[in-house]
Parts: sequence; structure tokens; C-alpha cells
Amino acid sequence: MNGPFQFRIDGVEVAATPGQTIMEAADAAGIYIPRLCDVEGLRHQGGCRVCTVKVGGKAAGRSVSACTQPAEPGLEVENDTEARNRVRRDLVEMLFHEGNHLCPICEKSGNCELQAMACRLDMTAATRFPYLEPCRDLDASHPDIALDTNRCISCGRCIRASQDVDAKGVFGYVGRGIHRRVAVNGADLAHTDAALADHAMSVCPVGCIIRKGEGFATPIGARHFDHGLIGHEIEGRAGEDLARKDGRK
Amino acid sequence: MTTETKVAYPPDAEIMAISASFGNDHHRMLDILLAVQEARRCISPSTMDTIAAAVGVTRIAVEGVASFYSFLSLAPKGRVTIRLCDDIVDRFSGLDAVVAAFEAELGIKMGETSADHGFSLDFTPCIGLCDQAPAAMINDVVATRLTAERATAIARALKRGLSAAEALVADHDVLSPYQRVRALVENNIRRPGEVLLGPVPEDAGLHAAAAMAPSAIIDAVEASGLRGCGGAGFTTGRKWRFAANAPSDRRFVICNADEGEPGTFKDRVVLTERADLVFEGMTIAARAVGAREGILYLRGEYVYLHEHLQAGLAARRARGGLGADFDIRIQMGAGAYICGEEGALISSCEGLPGEPKTRPPFPVTRGYLGHPTVVNNVETFAHVARILDRGAAWFNAIGTDKSHGTKLFSVSGDCTRPGVYELPYGLTLRELLSLAGAEDAAAVQVGGPSGTMVGRDSLDRRLTFDDLATGGAVIVFSARRNILEIVDYYMSFFVHESCGYCTPCRVGNVFLKKAIEKFRKGQANDDDIAYLKDLSATIIETSRCGLGMTSPKPVLSSLKNFPLVYSALTKPSKDGIKATFDIQSAISGARDIAKRRSYIFDKDFSK
Amino acid sequence: MTEPRKARVATVSLAGCFGCHMAILDIDERLIALMERVEFDRSPLTDIKTFNRRCDIGIIEGGCCNEENVHTLIDFRKNCDVLIALGQCAIMGGLPAMRNAIMHSADPLRECLEEAYLTGPYLRNTTRLIPNDPVLPLILDKVYPCSEIVDIDYQIPGCAPSGDIIFSTLVALLDGKFTGFERETLRFD
Repeated sequence: MNGPFQFRIDGVEVAATPGQTIMEAADAAGIYIPRLCDVEGLRHQGGCRVCTVKVGGKAAGRSVSACTQPAEPGLEVENDTEARNRVRRDLVEMLFHEGNHLCPICEKSGNCELQAMACRLDMTAATRFPYLEPCRDLDASHPDIALDTNRCISCGRCIRASQDVDAKGVFGYVGRGIHRRVAVNGADLAHTDAALADHAMSVCPVGCIIRKGEGFATPIGARHFDHGLIGHEIEGRAGEDLARKDGRK
Repeated sequence: MTTETKVAYPPDAEIMAISASFGNDHHRMLDILLAVQEARRCISPSTMDTIAAAVGVTRIAVEGVASFYSFLSLAPKGRVTIRLCDDIVDRFSGLDAVVAAFEAELGIKMGETSADHGFSLDFTPCIGLCDQAPAAMINDVVATRLTAERATAIARALKRGLSAAEALVADHDVLSPYQRVRALVENNIRRPGEVLLGPVPEDAGLHAAAAMAPSAIIDAVEASGLRGCGGAGFTTGRKWRFAANAPSDRRFVICNADEGEPGTFKDRVVLTERADLVFEGMTIAARAVGAREGILYLRGEYVYLHEHLQAGLAARRARGGLGADFDIRIQMGAGAYICGEEGALISSCEGLPGEPKTRPPFPVTRGYLGHPTVVNNVETFAHVARILDRGAAWFNAIGTDKSHGTKLFSVSGDCTRPGVYELPYGLTLRELLSLAGAEDAAAVQVGGPSGTMVGRDSLDRRLTFDDLATGGAVIVFSARRNILEIVDYYMSFFVHESCGYCTPCRVGNVFLKKAIEKFRKGQANDDDIAYLKDLSATIIETSRCGLGMTSPKPVLSSLKNFPLVYSALTKPSKDGIKATFDIQSAISGARDIAKRRSYIFDKDFSK
Repeated sequence: MTEPRKARVATVSLAGCFGCHMAILDIDERLIALMERVEFDRSPLTDIKTFNRRCDIGIIEGGCCNEENVHTLIDFRKNCDVLIALGQCAIMGGLPAMRNAIMHSADPLRECLEEAYLTGPYLRNTTRLIPNDPVLPLILDKVYPCSEIVDIDYQIPGCAPSGDIIFSTLVALLDGKFTGFERETLRFD
């Protein structure tokens, strides 16, 4: 398995190179696989499980996280089906219920990937899940940055960004199970070397890492996800690719 | 065995010395933290700073490890920490009275530490002593067959200043490590079999293996049909072959002695009575795959076996029983069921929180420190030594077509002869229960909570990999027991033991547990049965490792085999109004504060 | 066949801010067309305060924070064929449910009331009393989403939902053609 190869997502042929994950190959091909913990430029975590796809045919298939599972020649991947999306909706709903996600008062609203994912996955039916309603302390100690971990979805992007991109290690997981959460490398954020310019401060998909003084700056209608469903940029690539290919012809 | 705080060092110097004693190696973080916990009875923020600086990681990385394991504590613990096992078997064996006795004698409640930091009382999940429940860990020893009287006597002895070992074992200081283990814990070997618990010759398997080419050893193990005894049942020979073929200059053999599945205790007995067979099997595996380093990962709950195993290792080392180019270190765990998962176990050995690793790559190609690693169960390694001695054909002929050899069963619960039974694969559950004196079993948990709960109609099923599979646990419940109480406990166990890495296991299990609580309180709707199934399906499908893939099994298997238990407790909604919403409890707090009744919902309001 | 009668719509605001009712008015001039097909029955818009006949559609704004909310919600469920939870408060408790997250103490309700009326910063409460007039409904231990108390048939998210999504949903329901929302129109704020 040395050269490029083909596999199929929902019946569509997708090109991949050895070492690519299913998601990387899908992204390149303009096929969007929903994800929350994964983001371009950071190593894969495979924690949120929203990118769960089924590989190896519907009957005997097994579920894997597309962000960590290597693509293989001839693989059949089931992605955008009602069954997959139902499971993803459950996971997104779990994240909503695990924390306190009050969209109406959250400054991330409209730019929030969790919220956008709920829209994309039609999370509108009456819930069957209980609300856990945590009561975690806010950390507003830092002059430029505040943390409201009640909104944290444990995606770990800030941890990876701070370690791998900023070379700092401002954030880390502590605790276990339902008590596992993101914490900072010191008594509070002011006692770390966190800086507003850190990559870690720009990757939070929800309203947990708050850049002070910037809230509600963008009017409703002009926010990121006011312009389109989450994933539309990636899905747009399919069109671009075709256009490029056509142009070459 | 009382821990005397060394006064010669200023505080930080002591911590730095501990760190230095492990080479300031961040991969030994768990050992460092365990030593600090022992010395200081807590891991404080300043300690974490010191350790972080010494080993060259961030403090949050240290805190991540320190806050993950149950036996490490960020808040100060007492000189004596008593951890009562609150497994369902202990609960059904009089745990309440034991708790009350400890609480009364020590003047603290469960979860508390006394003001003078003399004592801490905690609950802990199954400590592998279900055959002699109720049981407790007291510092690094264990107390079994507890009663209120025994608890009071132990507490009094500890209050007089005796160490935990002194309080539990007479003349403990003159006993050998093995004798001390035997004085603390009964083996309860009810049925020795011909492979493991019967008479075994010393190092016969190793001598045979020494004369064989590594590939021939793997061939023999594969031909024997041996499959992993921890529960998953992967073919041992294949696992070894993958590791042997993975290109690397360094390979590892790890023995998984993190026997955490509630109701399982057979490895405890193997480690007590057949430790040499385990080390022998590891040495054979090392020769087969080309490993020079081995680790035995011993669960924190089995710390009382540590000295005994160290002594066994030292003796082997002295007589050349580890081969010329192989050694084994013992890695202590610190209270985390998840570390029984091989990726999590490797993470833990590497000084990380016990989180499973992303698969692929699999440990056989990229395991401990990134090198090919074979992880096998205690019982599996012991079998290997016997297979090399007696031959693959001998082992293969025992058992059934697809399940070869003998299996160690840990039987506990409502039976007259709880203990370990070594029997060939293929016997029926009824036969095992009959041996154990559990003829009136109403429900049997086969394979622990991540296995299957079956009823009387399943007693003729066979204990094999392809029928009723089990890592060894067989927990018997009589008709007196409340099925939902058992399921509720098992769900609380999984909530406690989920590592929290992935959403479905971290959150979904909490929801499942809450749903079971609703059933128990009579607050479940008709459609909550479908809800249990749907939620379970999502957790199983999307979880990252085996814990989440099996954690809904107590719910699903009890729903399947005891459906009436659930349906009897649901309340149908009338006219679209949910019977499960209880207005009376919703307003009771306000009624107390306002000191008046409801003019809408209290019928006698007008009176 | 006779001319089909107009669909009867009832509305109410429970633990809400009436913003969702304002949003109903954001249907704007399309209200005229809508009124060709529906008539408002029990509703703050008509000032009809009780059900005198069965209604086709009940629209609930707000979750349940007190016993009267529960009573009213149950009344709606009993008297309406289809029940719609309109807006985030009805769907998941909304802003009033913020109190749920501070309810982890031993005596949560008392703590909540004391902070709200006695001990909280920036308070000016000259009576130094927690309101307790006998006509005040008893407050619930926490704020409940409507779906925890009765079956809810449809939920229209938003805070408040746009006039557009309310209009299009009502029209689709009246036509018997509602199959879900257009994803692009969904908002949780």
C-alpha cells in the first residue's frame, strides 16, 4: 500500500494516500463528516465521537471515528445516513446536557460549532436526556481571557493547540469520567503564561474560552454560521475541485 | 508498617529525592506519585510543582495523573486510609453494618478524614475479595470477612497506634511475604484443575522453551488454541506473532494483573499460588517475541501481594529463571478499572492517566513507549508455561472445539462454596453452580458487569467463548435480590470507572444510571424502556474502547432476561401528561419555605 | 363538504418573557393571510383566559418555574390536539433555568431565594423579606422544560424564534405537511 488509492464514502469514490485518515481524505474530496474535537491543524483526538462512521458494509460494519481511522483501499464508509446522524445527534445532545449551554446568553452563539452542529443534525425533538447542570467556577483572573468551563465540551483543542502549536501547555485534562474537565497549568489562568495571541485561545468551538472585550461584536446575521451550515466550506471544496478539473480540461 | 515521615529532609528535598529515585523519568510518574502519596498522604499543588520541575513536564500534566487515579489524593488523607469495598456482593453480605461500625468507632462518616488526620474512610469498587466479603483495604493490606464486631476491633487496634498489618496479622514481622498474604486472605481454591492449580513442576515450560526457536514457541502457543483469559479472548499465538514481526529494536511483554472486573478474583489466587508460573510464562513470551523488558502491572488493590511478588522475582532473578537477557519490573496501579484495557494499561505504565490509546495502531505494533508490546492476562501467561511443558496437543485436547484448555472461574455471591474453580471449558452454568452450592440461583452475572446477566432459563448454556463467554467472574444472586439494585450498582460502577475521554461513555453512562434510578423510584414512563435500549445502542456503537462498548450490558441483558422487572415499574402517561413528573416533590421545598400549602395541588387546601 | 372551520390556536406564556409572543407578531403582514386560516382562542392576544372549547393547536412559551405554570401547561395539554413548545425557555428552561445550575447545595431553593432577595450584591430590597403573598404560586424546586411535564408534539427553537420560522411551521402544520425545519433557518438564539 504505497501509492494513492480509492475508497468509497456513501457510494462516492474518494481518493486517499497511505496514512491519511478517512476524515482527511473526505475533507480533501469535499465530503463533510461532522466533528467537534477535531480541527484542521491539530493532531486528532477521537474523543467527541461525532465523526463516527460505519466501515465495511451496513450489515457487518463496525463503527470507527473517522478522524483517527486510516483510510484503506476499497473501504466502504457509511457517513451521511439517517442512522449515523441519529447517533451523532445523541452525542451532540449529550454534550449540550453535560454542560450549561444557554445559547440565548452566550456570546459564542452564531459562531459556536456545538450549536451549529445541533442545527445541521436537526436537534429539535423533545429531549429524553436529563440536564446535568454543572456548577463550575468561572475563571476571569486573566486580563484578556476568561474561562467558563460550564460550557466546555472536553474537545481538548485548547490543550493540543497550547502544547503543540504554542509550545506552552497552558491547558490540560484533570479528573476522570464525568468529572474530567479542562484545567489550567496553575492556580488560575492569570498564573499561567497564557496570552491572547496564543493559538489555543482561538480554537475553542464553544463559549468556554472567552476573549474579553469582544463579545457580541458581530451583529446577528453576520456571524459565522449565519452564512451557512457547519461544514459548508468543506462541502464547497467538492465544487471547487470539479471547477478546477474542468478548467484544466 | 506505619509510615514515618522522614524529618531529615526539608519538604521539597524529600519530594525531589523521591523523583530522583525514579530517575526523574516522567514515564515513572505513577510510581513517583504513589511514593509521594505514601509519604505525604496527599499530592498538594506545591508538590506537583516540585515534581513537574524535577521531571520536566508541566504541572497540569502532573495534576492530570494525580487526579485520575482513585488512590491518589489532592486532599490530605489520614495516616490510615480504610477503603471499604462497596461491590454489590459486599452490599449483600452485610456491608451496612460494617460501615456503621467503622463510622461509629472512628467518629467520621464515609468519605471523610478525621480532624487529626488519623483516619480516612472511603468506598472503593471491587477489590477482588468477593469470595470473602465484606472486605476492605486498610493502607496496603486487606481485611476480609468483616462484621460489625471485627470492624470495631480493627478500628480500636488502629486507634491504639498499631499499623494496619499489625492490626490484622499476628506476628506479621516474622512471617515471610507469602505467609503474610496467606494470613490475610484465603485462597478458596475449591477445584484445582490439571493445568494451573494442580501440581506443577518448576520451570519445566521454560526449559522446554529455551531449547526452541522463538518462532517454534509461537507455533506451539498458536497450536494449543490458547485464547486470552482476561475476557476479550484474542488468540494468544497470533498476538505474539504480530509483535514478533513488527520491526523494532525494542519489544515489551506486559502482564495484565489489573484484575478489576467486579466479581473476578482468580488472578489473585494465581499470583498468590502460581506467581512463578506467571513469570515463567512472561519469560517464555519474551523469548518468543524478542523482548528484553517485562512489566507486571499489579492493580493498586492487590498492593498486599507486592512484596510476595517482588520476593518471587528476586528469587527467579537469582537462579536465572528470567533468562539471560530479560527482566521484569512490577508497576503498581492506583485504583482505576480502565487500566485493565490494554491501551490504558500501557498509558498507565508510561506514567500517564489511564486512558486507552487510539487504535490502530495496536499495541503489538506500537505499544509501551511506542514499541511492539504483548499484553496478556495473568492466567494466560500461566497457561503458556504449562503449554510449553506439556505440549500444545495436550492443552488443545482439553475443553471444546473452539475453547481450549481449562478456565479459572471466580464464583461468588449467593452460594455456599464461593471461590476459584479450575474447570475445562464447555461445562454448563448449571454444573458450575451445582459445584459452588448455588442451586437456587435466580440470576447469574456471568463475566461481571461487562458480561451477561442470565436467568434460570440459561443454566444449560455452556461456558465457552462462543456461548457464555466470561473472563472468569460468575456472581450468583438468589431470588431475594433486587435485579434493579444490582443493575443500578453496576451502572454506578461504570460511571465511576469511565475515563471520560469520549462523550458516549463519559456522559451516556450517567444518563443510563439516572434512567435506572427513575425505574427504581417508579418514575419511568412506558417509553423509557425504548429509551434505555436506544441510549445503550448509541453508547455501544460510538464508545472508544471496550469499557463503553460493554457498560450498557447490565441494562441490556437484564432487560432481555428479566423484562418484567422493568415493565412492572413503568407508569403509563394519561392524556399526554407525564405520570413521572411529581408535582408534590417539586413544590415541597417551596411549601416549607413559604409555610403554606398549594392552592392548586393540595386537595385539602380549602379545609 | 362544508367550508372547513378555522383552526383554533391557543397561546400562553409560562416562565417566559413574552418575547416569543412578540415574535408571533413578527409574522407581520402575513398575519392577515394566516388569520384567514386560524383564529386565536385562549391567548394573551385575545385576553381569553380559560378554555371554553377544544383547540387544535396550543403554543407554549416558557418553561415551568412554579405550580401555576404546571397547572396551565396541563390544562393546555388536555384542551389542545397539538402542543408546540415555542422558544428555548419552553424547550429547555431557557434563562430561568440558570437557577438550576446553582441548585447543588443542601437547601438550594432557600439559597436561591435568599441570594435573589436578601444577600445578593446590587440588591435594593427595603423590606428585607422574601416575597410570600398568599396569592403567589409556589415556586418549583427547579425550572422544568415543558417536555418533562407533558408530551410536546413540536418544538420551535430560538430566543426568540423568528417570525419566519413560526409562520412557516404553522402553515406547514395547517397543511399537514410539516416534515421538519429547514436547517438553515434553525437558531437557538
